[in-house]
Amino acid sequence: MAEVEGGCELFSAGHRACGGCGPALAARLLLKATGKNVILVASTGCMEVFSTPYPETAWGVPWIHSLFENAAAVASGIEASLKRQGRSEKVVCVAGDGATFDIGVLCISGAFERGHDITYICYDNEAYMNTGIQRSAATPYGASTTTSPAGKCSPGNVLPKKDMPAILAAHGAPYVATASIAYPNDFVQKVERAINTPGPCYIQVHTPCCTGWGFESGETLAMAKLAIETGLWVNYELVNGQVEKAKKVRRKPVEEYLTKQKRFRHLFKPARRDDMIVNIQAVADANAERFGIDIKKKESSE
Amino acid sequence: MLEFMEGSHAVAEIVKRCRPQVIAAYPITPQTHIVEDLAQMVANCEIDAEYITVESEFSALSACLGASAAGSRVYSATTSQGLALMFEVCFNAAGMRQPIVMTIANRSLGAPLSIWNDQQDSISLRDSGWLQYYAEDNQEAADLHMIAYRVCEDHDILLPAFVCFDGFILTHTYEPVALPSQEEVDAYLPAFAPYQRLDAEAPLSMGMYATPDYYMEFRYEIDRAMHRSKQAFIKAGREFGEQFGRDYSALVEGYRLEDADTALVAMGSICGTAKDAIDEMREHGRKVGLLKIRTYRPFPAQEIADALKGVSTVAVLDKNISLGNGGAVGTEVKSALYGSGAAVYDYIIALGGRDVRKRDIAAVVDLAEKGKGDMFYGLRTEVL
Repeated sequence: MAEVEGGCELFSAGHRACGGCGPALAARLLLKATGKNVILVASTGCMEVFSTPYPETAWGVPWIHSLFENAAAVASGIEASLKRQGRSEKVVCVAGDGATFDIGVLCISGAFERGHDITYICYDNEAYMNTGIQRSAATPYGASTTTSPAGKCSPGNVLPKKDMPAILAAHGAPYVATASIAYPNDFVQKVERAINTPGPCYIQVHTPCCTGWGFESGETLAMAKLAIETGLWVNYELVNGQVEKAKKVRRKPVEEYLTKQKRFRHLFKPARRDDMIVNIQAVADANAERFGIDIKKKESSE
Repeated sequence: MLEFMEGSHAVAEIVKRCRPQVIAAYPITPQTHIVEDLAQMVANCEIDAEYITVESEFSALSACLGASAAGSRVYSATTSQGLALMFEVCFNAAGMRQPIVMTIANRSLGAPLSIWNDQQDSISLRDSGWLQYYAEDNQEAADLHMIAYRVCEDHDILLPAFVCFDGFILTHTYEPVALPSQEEVDAYLPAFAPYQRLDAEAPLSMGMYATPDYYMEFRYEIDRAMHRSKQAFIKAGREFGEQFGRDYSALVEGYRLEDADTALVAMGSICGTAKDAIDEMREHGRKVGLLKIRTYRPFPAQEIADALKGVSTVAVLDKNISLGNGGAVGTEVKSALYGSGAAVYDYIIALGGRDVRKRDIAAVVDLAEKGKGDMFYGLRTEVL
């Protein structure tokens, strides 16, 4: 982890994120991992807006924002420029799930296929939070958002979360990982590994949004941890496309996670939607099977 | 020494001598020969640049923006649909004050799909904050690239530029072109010295968002820089003339305007046809001249008004149409000549590659002198 001079953070306090903001914590951890020798490329979104209202900036490292969907393409150009100049800065994109899963896919696919030496961090809060909690392709099954609202005829979002890590691993990315702000050292180590791995690397970090998900601002880390403990989020690494390490857990039922968030409240009130809850439990079970995360008897957590 | 070569090749040869460090481009007809030539030059180590084979025009310009922000001189080329796909990045690159030079091989926009020439593509980006220079022939197209880099990278300007030349009519046409040597270009165009760059040694934030307390001032600054770029162009064009013998110090250029009663106004390759048509009309005693607009952005309104003083009839040839209104150039020329007393008519002409001959130019002059204008010229009424 990079030393920070004089106790100052490279991502400074005083930005305009909500209290309890998951992405803000991810930003702080990200810069602890990268240190100063980095150029950050941001997409439009919550983090960009809360960190850089002109003339203020929270970033103590070079930072550029161009558009919503082009961070990976801008980063491609920066990387090419640095290469030509013989410079050593690492190029790191930081973008939300909407920018990554949806509108930016073309640029990301191009950058990864071309093999630029960049690291792309997606802070995944599972909807378009900056514009008011609209559904993205990262929104989990069963969540109510403002564009996939629960209603008399709808149980909320009925589409599964897109598997972005697999898509990027399929591009031949040497290192792909998921992480969670509930496990900060793990996230920092993964960022360090990604920026030191030549070629395009991808990290998707789970960053709960108290405003968008509907929980108390003091519960952000607890919510991130519950996602892991229920198996609805798995921290794993794909090295050259193969699962190398996945965090094992003694799984809790998904209901423990769902009942604590307003975005899932319609699954319990006014009537309990067992059909939906069963499907969500099946998502967790499939994750556990795919990544082998269940701790068996006498086995300790990794 | 004049060499006989294709317009695209002439542009590529000049771009090579401008020493871009990062090139990002996506192939689209009729721009392809330029980017193919540059790719071959990179492959042959004739040019010391990174060439990014991006997956779209949108990424081409985004990559250029990033490379420029990191401190490299950059280059791209596109046209038509490709430029339309870049629309969002165009406004962004200008707003972020990145001195990107991009060739536009002018082509029409669909639908219906057409690969042939008009100037709808670049003109549709007139409000984007890009300088727009239009070339009449391949020599001018090549030369304007050197001038564009000089103007764009001037720390008092810092804006991107389109160098526009007509698709196929120029890009695929062989003409004699004088190519300066690398040493001569180096003497004219110094190495890129970025005003600011992304640098871990001196961190800064680029592309922040602005509240209503600041946004208007950003736009005002861009507009001021646009206007300042007129003098920068004049200076760069004059110095070009001093070094290479071809003077580009004029934003607009008159041809046989001295005693003209009727003036044509046009941009790009159609000016060559117009000059030949004017020579023939002059032989028949017609007092006709041409005003060629070289810099569409910034728009040389005062220069147009000065050049057309004393002209009674003006016929603007517009290779574009602002649907529901009229030609973009005509509209602006009318505004520039407001109160001058001249009768100004606009002609939508040569859309989608419709050929324009000398007799068409003469016919437009006839229409204008009869007071008939603000119309499409050369419509095939039988297929309407």
